[in-house]
Amino acid sequence: MDANKNSYTFSFAAVMVVLVATLLSVAAISLKPFQDKNVEAEKKQNILSTLGIEVSREDAAKVYKERITTSYVLNNKGEVVEGDAFTVDLGVELKKPVDQQVFPVFEGEKNGQKSYILPMRGKGLWGPIWGYLALQDDMSTVSGAVFDHKSETPGLGAEISLGWFQEPFIGKTIFDGTEFKSIKVVKGGAKEDDMHGVDGISGGTITSDGVSEMLDERLSKYLPFFNQKLSEMIEVEADTLLVDSLQALTLNTID
Amino acid sequence: MSEKKEPLFSKKNRKLLKDPLNDNNPVTTQVLGICSALAITVQLKPAIVMALSVLVVLSVANVVVSLMRNLIPSRIRIIVQLVVIATLVILVDQVLKAFVYDVSKELSVFVGLIITNCIIMGRLEAFALGNKPWKSFLDGLGNAFGYGWILIAVAFFRELLGAGTLFGYPVLEKLGLYEMGYENNGMMILPPMALVTVGIIIWIQRMKNRDLIES
Repeated sequence: MDANKNSYTFSFAAVMVVLVATLLSVAAISLKPFQDKNVEAEKKQNILSTLGIEVSREDAAKVYKERITTSYVLNNKGEVVEGDAFTVDLGVELKKPVDQQVFPVFEGEKNGQKSYILPMRGKGLWGPIWGYLALQDDMSTVSGAVFDHKSETPGLGAEISLGWFQEPFIGKTIFDGTEFKSIKVVKGGAKEDDMHGVDGISGGTITSDGVSEMLDERLSKYLPFFNQKLSEMIEVEADTLLVDSLQALTLNTID
Repeated sequence: MSEKKEPLFSKKNRKLLKDPLNDNNPVTTQVLGICSALAITVQLKPAIVMALSVLVVLSVANVVVSLMRNLIPSRIRIIVQLVVIATLVILVDQVLKAFVYDVSKELSVFVGLIITNCIIMGRLEAFALGNKPWKSFLDGLGNAFGYGWILIAVAFFRELLGAGTLFGYPVLEKLGLYEMGYENNGMMILPPMALVTVGIIIWIQRMKNRDLIES
């Protein structure tokens, strides 16, 4: 057989392509269930860690069931629509026009404190970044934040997935009174009394800016939902006040 | 009459393993694989993960190409080598993703870098195409070790001086250097300092090994 003949070259290439394609597809299909399980468990771990609960990958499903009380998806007017919050792919959603997007919300509880957990997704330097932000029921104070990335540089942009970057988010507020401020990642470090800023990463400015943009873009889409929750809360407070004063009144009259 | 068999670790074969560590180091002497040495040496952990994955991919690819060396049409040999490397890298990545998810998250960033790593193509082209599988395997191991130790050395200095940590453990803080007024050198974290660090290693190597100095 002459290895320099055109026919040989063509058949060699054809056989190689078929072999490699078969090998890779078999590997991909047979490993997919294991990979999906890992991804799902990690997602649950991330959601839980915004509540300050750290669990192993094996326990994630069980603890998730206990702690995440409910989840639902909203449309851009803040109304609950049909859908499963856990399976919403924000990567796909972000490509749709805003009025067709859905916005997932998870409600969780720890130590009697209710938190609303909102998934985030945006752009880093080299690829997508994503995460979860948990808000207390005043709809403004951050109770936890988790970020992750696909391909940011280790030691630089990739630091967003580490605790030292995420912890300062806790206690910051996304509203100043009634004005929406979001949270900014500040280059060179945030001022100590800055309620809407956290320290950036040296050498990771573009990823840091990516996080700021992601938070601003995502949170602003939830504004109708926040308003609605706040007005509900005010009504409840007003109601309890009314009940209290009525009770006081009745007691007084009985006396 | 049968040909006398060469022992597995003959002097020649040992040389295949040892040479790339110093005299014929892929990074400092052949000046290959510099791009990844700059990109991923900010911390020790990814540098080690990268070194290990290159070790697996390079030695297996060398063996595979060496086994096929008499079949590969010379006109499309580069494409064949690329396909072999890419297939291996994808397989390694998929297996890691399924069974050691945490490691795969560290590694996934570097997959592209492994495929474009000039050392691998260089060794396939220069060695595996003309040598038997066992020799090619040793050559692959040797070069991967040679590449790996440079990577780890550079990462060691960059992480220690740039962030004051090793494997994320705050070494300098525990030594109390910050109280004595030491500050982290932020420049070590930036890519240019990787080049300077590699340069310093090359300098020291040539100072000790005069044979490497070009006239």
